[in-house]
Amino acid sequence: MRKVLILFAHPKFEHSDVHSKLLAAVSGLENVVVRDLYELYPDFQVQVQPEQEALFDSDVIIWQHPIYWYSCPPLMKQWIDLVLEYGWAYGKNGIYLKNKYIFNAVSSGGSADVYSSEGRNRFSLETFMRSFEQTAYLCNMRYLPVFHVAGTHKIDAIQLGRKAKEYRDLILKLRDEEITLPYIQKP
Amino acid sequence: MNSFLLIAIIFISAAILFVPIAKKLGMGSVLGYLIAGIVIGPYLLGFIESGDQGQDIMHTTEFGVVIMLFLIGLELDPENLWKMRDLILRVGLFQVLVTSALIFGFAIYLDIDWRISLAVSLSMALSSTAIVLSSLKEKGQLGSPVGKMSFGVLLMQDIAVIPILAIIPLLATVSGDLAANSEVEAGLIDSLPTWAQTLSIFGAIGIIILLGKYGFGPLLKWVSKSRLRELFTASALLIVFGISWLMQVVGLSPALGAFIAGVILANSPYRHALESDLEPFKGLLLGVFFMAVGATINFNLIIADPVTIISITLGIMLVKSLVLILIGKLRKLSTGQNLSFAIGLSQVSEFSFVTYAFALQFEVIDMSLSDQLMAITALTMTFTPLASLALDKFIIPKLEKEDPITGKEDEVIHEKNQVILLGFGNFGSTVGRFLRANGVECTILDYDPDRIDFLRKMGFKVYFGDGSQVNVLKTAGADEAKILISAIDTPSQTLQVIEICKEHFPQLEVMVRAKNRYDAYELMENGVRNIYREHLDTSVRMGEDVLRKMGFRAHTIHRLAAQFKKYDEDSLQILVNFKNDEGEYIQNAKKHIEQQENLLSGELMKKFSLNDHAWDSDSLKEDS
Repeated sequence: MRKVLILFAHPKFEHSDVHSKLLAAVSGLENVVVRDLYELYPDFQVQVQPEQEALFDSDVIIWQHPIYWYSCPPLMKQWIDLVLEYGWAYGKNGIYLKNKYIFNAVSSGGSADVYSSEGRNRFSLETFMRSFEQTAYLCNMRYLPVFHVAGTHKIDAIQLGRKAKEYRDLILKLRDEEITLPYIQKP
Repeated sequence: MNSFLLIAIIFISAAILFVPIAKKLGMGSVLGYLIAGIVIGPYLLGFIESGDQGQDIMHTTEFGVVIMLFLIGLELDPENLWKMRDLILRVGLFQVLVTSALIFGFAIYLDIDWRISLAVSLSMALSSTAIVLSSLKEKGQLGSPVGKMSFGVLLMQDIAVIPILAIIPLLATVSGDLAANSEVEAGLIDSLPTWAQTLSIFGAIGIIILLGKYGFGPLLKWVSKSRLRELFTASALLIVFGISWLMQVVGLSPALGAFIAGVILANSPYRHALESDLEPFKGLLLGVFFMAVGATINFNLIIADPVTIISITLGIMLVKSLVLILIGKLRKLSTGQNLSFAIGLSQVSEFSFVTYAFALQFEVIDMSLSDQLMAITALTMTFTPLASLALDKFIIPKLEKEDPITGKEDEVIHEKNQVILLGFGNFGSTVGRFLRANGVECTILDYDPDRIDFLRKMGFKVYFGDGSQVNVLKTAGADEAKILISAIDTPSQTLQVIEICKEHFPQLEVMVRAKNRYDAYELMENGVRNIYREHLDTSVRMGEDVLRKMGFRAHTIHRLAAQFKKYDEDSLQILVNFKNDEGEYIQNAKKHIEQQENLLSGELMKKFSLNDHAWDSDSLKEDS
């Protein structure tokens, strides 16, 4: 059984139906740990050591966050800046994340079709997520396809329930089964 | 003197023996007191020689009912009372009129003289404020729909006492002499013409309202400045005594007057202090009162004709319950609620003892009838708690299974806040303002009367109270609150509060202001986890600003300040272990301070190359 770590960043979680449903669907599962970053570090003083310990202890890591301005909320970026240290996550002797699975689980106000070369946002979601992909790449991790909940402004309870179940099933699969999903990793 | 002590010993011992047993068996304290009274009464152990002695005690301790209504008034400010007007007027009036009409009808049907029927039916329509409210309070149901309706009915009944007492003399077959009347104190105004009497009644109520608004506050403030607790208690009693006397002078129910005064004082800062001071008096008096009721039950009379007495008793309870059930139905109570409302109020009032005596005085009824009525009344008082018990134990659980809404509680009469804030000086008021700005209201206690005055003028609801007393905390809602903030200035008092909370309110999360490090150690040793040293944040913030003015980058300083504070808190946890060993403590503290300074100076000077790798590219450069 793999260990799953959800790094969750949402500056206004109390107003987010989507993320509370997603988290409710997976919380309490065995071997699934949620770290609510805005709750842990309201002042942005991310503590490196406990974060690295949590990462080292897990096999599958999820960056779960809403999409703000085509990227993650600032504390998530702060977390990346501070925790993924040279000599630990990458570079010389930086081998501690090697072969761990990682992906983004994101929500966006815009519907799925605005994220395409023809759409309003001009680029696909994968394109926007490149910086995360490359971060994982540099750390010798295995970057899995993004999990996307689109059109959050209009989503109804049934669709959201379906999405939450999908998320739960994905996490259970990653925890328990052989991983057959395609991933990107530095050769 | 000897016999008084002996009686006191007998009463108290009986209470100590029976009430806890009754509570253990789930019967409620009222029934426990009644049973204790029966046991020490003339028919079992005979400690109380006659029913008359029991009655004397009963009349003396009826005062407990007055104090109770004062306390209930304190929980209901005028605004809430106004909201209940419909309940009091319609529900209450309906109950009194319909119930007495029905009993009157039955009595006429049984060929009883109409005068007797009227006097008896009016008396029997009333329910016992003492029993009902005590039981409701014990079950925590005062604020529930049942509690509110019961309260509305009881309040109307208290008002109804006035016309009932006026009607009985009119039924007299002989002209009674009021002045010779020993049971009901003759009012000073009886010699006045009717219009003047009416005028003085309104005058008396006016005086109570005026005193409540402008008189009692300054009195209590003046007394509380003396910082003598017992003087404050005495003033509380003075208020209640004074009102009762005034009401008796104009011939109104003292309980009603006390209730009005209570309502007016409900918004006063001294509310919680008054509550906690009067509560024990009320409890004791009512306890003795219930025991006296138990002792007056005339078992000879019951044994002589058990069928008649018991069937009349049950008949009265049935009639009263049916009327109440009808009201409950009209008011859309669920079945379970309706049953507990109806059965709860189905006994006859303690006030009926007074009306019987009154009617006897005017020879509306004769002695043997009066004895029977008293036995019936006391029996209804004993039966209702038993019936309620059976209802709660056997019927309600079944109903609740079918109808899950029954258990839903309505909002309480006086909502209790989740946070209690002790001490509203500079520290406490800042905390309070911040919480309030975010929509969290605190129940605030302070003990400086001048400050309370000032803050009340500014619109804060601050109550007079000393957090180091269990009762005050209890009336401030410590039983139900979540968090207690102690922003008290004096560490010794804070420790006292913590002791109390540990013992009486273990569910409370205690958050404490500490003066300094040493204060904090003491708090930690007392098991407090949320400690806030008052100088830590401010001084570090000042230091931050100094460094900024010296040219350091703001964000760096901010991060290091946060680190410093965390380090300081951590070292506190370690150093507390060496607190009592001075040598060891100094050594450890020195080590910690050195370490801390090293860390920080190192980071500042070396631009955080040593211990802080955030946004660090030096090692990257070296490796490349």
